Amino acid sequence: MKRSNEPIFWSLFGAGGMLAALIGPALVFITGIAVPLGFIFAADTMSYSHMLAFSHHWLGKIVVLAVIALFMWHAAHRIHILLHDFGVHAVTTVRVLCYGGAFVGTVIAAYTLLTLKP
Amino acid sequence: MADTEKIIEIQVLRYRPEQDKEPVLQSYKVPFTDDMSVLQGLQYIKDYLDGTVSFRWSCRMAICGSCGMMIDGKPKLSCKTFLREYYPQGLKVEALAHLPIERDLVVGVEDFVTKLESIKPYIIPKEKRTLEQGEYLQTPQQRDMYEQFSSCINCMLCYAACPQYGLNPSFTGPGVLALMHRYNADSRDGGQAERLNSLGHADEGFWGCTAVGYCSEVCPKGVDPANAINQNKMNSAINYFTRFVTPGEADK
Ligand code: SF4
Ligand code: FES
Repeated sequence: MKRSNEPIFWSLFGAGGMLAALIGPALVFITGIAVPLGFIFAADTMSYSHMLAFSHHWLGKIVVLAVIALFMWHAAHRIHILLHDFGVHAVTTVRVLCYGGAFVGTVIAAYTLLTLKP
Repeated sequence: MADTEKIIEIQVLRYRPEQDKEPVLQSYKVPFTDDMSVLQGLQYIKDYLDGTVSFRWSCRMAICGSCGMMIDGKPKLSCKTFLREYYPQGLKVEALAHLPIERDLVVGVEDFVTKLESIKPYIIPKEKRTLEQGEYLQTPQQRDMYEQFSSCINCMLCYAACPQYGLNPSFTGPGVLALMHRYNADSRDGGQAERLNSLGHADEGFWGCTAVGYCSEVCPKGVDPANAINQNKMNSAINYFTRFVTPGEADK
């Protein structure tokens, strides 16, 4: 029988899921609660200049890209199989919309990070 | 009987190919005691009320796997399910979902059996040993790797539970994939590559699963097909990316 290409999408899905489980809640807490309310972290931790500096460092670029891209691939795969389970059988359309969306998002994120102006 | 006799209503999905265009429900009033299984309720119907009702059974003790049916919409072994759980509201029994009805509660097993045969459900020895060399030894840890998966009784409840199988019967399905894992995970077995290359790596194999997990919930023997499938997805994915750098794997 023909070998499935699913491992590609499943691996991205798995990596995104793992990352989301490990840092998702912490990210929500830090960026959405702690920093805006000014506890634990200084209020300007996430100021534009700080974030820009972070994104200029190669390690920062990798972190931002990993969080944005892998989270999107995870969501794309989840939505895709969920629609399948619910009996939506426009397989090609669903695939193109889900994975295409994640792909475009990844490209935009990577392009933006690489061409970041000071 | 010391018990005051209770009566329960059992609705049975009937399908007699020679007279019914499509399956129809028929209702029976069955006297029962607290120790009676749903299977015993059906046997009462067959013995005293209507001899034409057809269903499969054999062991009456959750070991032969032949008495599976939908009981109030859930796949269950009728010999392992008690009538008292459905009293006083009554219950509905139907043929296992996703499988072709042959007659009343009897479903066709051909697809399952063909699939089961296709995975070579037996140990393919890793190394040939002569009688003089003695038995194949295995540590308790090695046995633990596959033991729960060897408890499958081929009852097909997981097939009635699996939405993927319902949508696309070419998917191998939970029970058979769990059994494939049972042999692949056996330290004495050397047939793993063969089984995976012919089926496991395909969409019809492990990759057809979308991780719903209902199969593991309904299994009456504590087998966890969803877990077997997930472990194999991991291995299959590693193999997918490393096959070009692993000698002898690239052509597969
Ligand atoms: S895995 Fe469980 S539910 Fe599925 S066929 Fe085997 S015993 Fe039945
Ligand atoms: S009669 Fe054998 S499992 Fe129920």
